[in-house]
Amino acid sequence: MRGGGPPTGADWVSRDAWKGRDVISILDFSRGELESLFKAADAFVGPPRPRKDLADRIIATAFFEPSTRTRLSFTTAALRLGAKVIDLSPDVSSILKGESLHDTTMMLEGYSDLIVMRHPSEGAALLAAELSSVPVVNGGDGSQHHPTQAMLDLFTVRRLKGRIDGLTYAVLGDNRYARSATSFLYGLTKFKPKMVHIVSPETLSPRAEVVKQLKGLGLRFELGSDLEKVIGAADVLYLTRIQKERFPDPNEYEKVKGSYKLTKEVLAKGKGGLIVLHPLPRSTELPYDVDSAKAAAYMTQAHLAVPLRMALLLKVAGGGEA
Amino acid sequence: MLVRKIPDGTVIDHVPAGKALSVLRLLGDPQENGFTIAMVMNVNSSKMNRKDIVKVEGMEVSPEQVQRLALIAPRASVNIVRSYRVVAKKNAVPPRTLRGVLNCTAPTCVSVREKESAPSIFFLSGRSPLRYRCKYCGRELAEKEISSQLG
Ligand SMILES: [Zn+2]
Repeated sequence: MRGGGPPTGADWVSRDAWKGRDVISILDFSRGELESLFKAADAFVGPPRPRKDLADRIIATAFFEPSTRTRLSFTTAALRLGAKVIDLSPDVSSILKGESLHDTTMMLEGYSDLIVMRHPSEGAALLAAELSSVPVVNGGDGSQHHPTQAMLDLFTVRRLKGRIDGLTYAVLGDNRYARSATSFLYGLTKFKPKMVHIVSPETLSPRAEVVKQLKGLGLRFELGSDLEKVIGAADVLYLTRIQKERFPDPNEYEKVKGSYKLTKEVLAKGKGGLIVLHPLPRSTELPYDVDSAKAAAYMTQAHLAVPLRMALLLKVAGGGEA
Repeated sequence: MLVRKIPDGTVIDHVPAGKALSVLRLLGDPQENGFTIAMVMNVNSSKMNRKDIVKVEGMEVSPEQVQRLALIAPRASVNIVRSYRVVAKKNAVPPRTLRGVLNCTAPTCVSVREKESAPSIFFLSGRSPLRYRCKYCGRELAEKEISSQLG
């Protein structure tokens, strides 16, 4: 459902700015809109109380790619708001056997009031949103966007650090193919970080179009490959795994496999108050012995997914009073 | 090298060397509709080192064609000639949006994967050098890729 929302880039703060809107990229949202989302999500943190806000709504989850956290936290969020959920995912294989995204979207549009979609192709959610008369929420499109993950990540920073502005960030890992990393960087452009260190093995540094975009949006960032150089300055360390499934050439993956890792020794060089975020699932870059470190915040981050997505569903599919 | 002046028609100057035939194709191969064509290829140019020049006698190019021309000859100048005099001079202006003209080069872009039902839409993202950005995946096409797709 495109075209209903406010103009892109405008700092539009309105009670209804979220209602009926597609959520394709975090770049489409203003700082004010993100802050109002975070405020709404704050109210859902803590012991859940049954709610009926979306009792007459049906949410469709359509995951053309495996997902656990995103799908389950959207489902949980919908159920906690009293909505019903229909799920296309178990039949992924039959969908992939020939049905087009176009036809699937047209079906879901008829069956539901909101579609949460994950798809391996970049632009899939945008295309679906153009076709659909009900809002489409992008649960990840190829290596491009994962807006609700970025919203959740910023929400976690805000809750744990009290603010998003003025902090130093280190974004370590597969900054080429990990849509969570790209979306987190896009999200940071809406705030005023002191500095963002983008740390990756050379072949996994951000794509040219992403770097251009970040520059154009005025983000203060540096590209590098050595975490030890920057960890001492960081308030937030954002880590992603290598996205093996997105490498066009398996040999390229073999070359960078295991090329970075957050060890306890490296983490010890971080300052007090440092928090480590990871969208999960993890691979070898985040050993389990880091979990006991005070800085480890990724489980909190995973749990905050439900309140954040509750606020988002309520704002987009609710009556507009959220 | 001299090519005779044309009484009426269009002279397209500052075409990148080697692209004269692509320009004709883009204009719908006017020679096949009976128009007389003159081409000068690989001449010295103060502006661009080497260039081609295309003359089409009796045919005035449309504004849409001038826009399209910008995709393969971004620095081309288009002269409309009537009675041996240049009556209008236009620079090729690349369109801000292109629908169904270019193909995305990102193999996993939805516009490639769902080709049958997905449109191809590109936005102008740079003029010199020319660049277009895919609406769906954000991938940019460089000037060379654009002209090779059209040439
Ligand atoms: Zn594309």
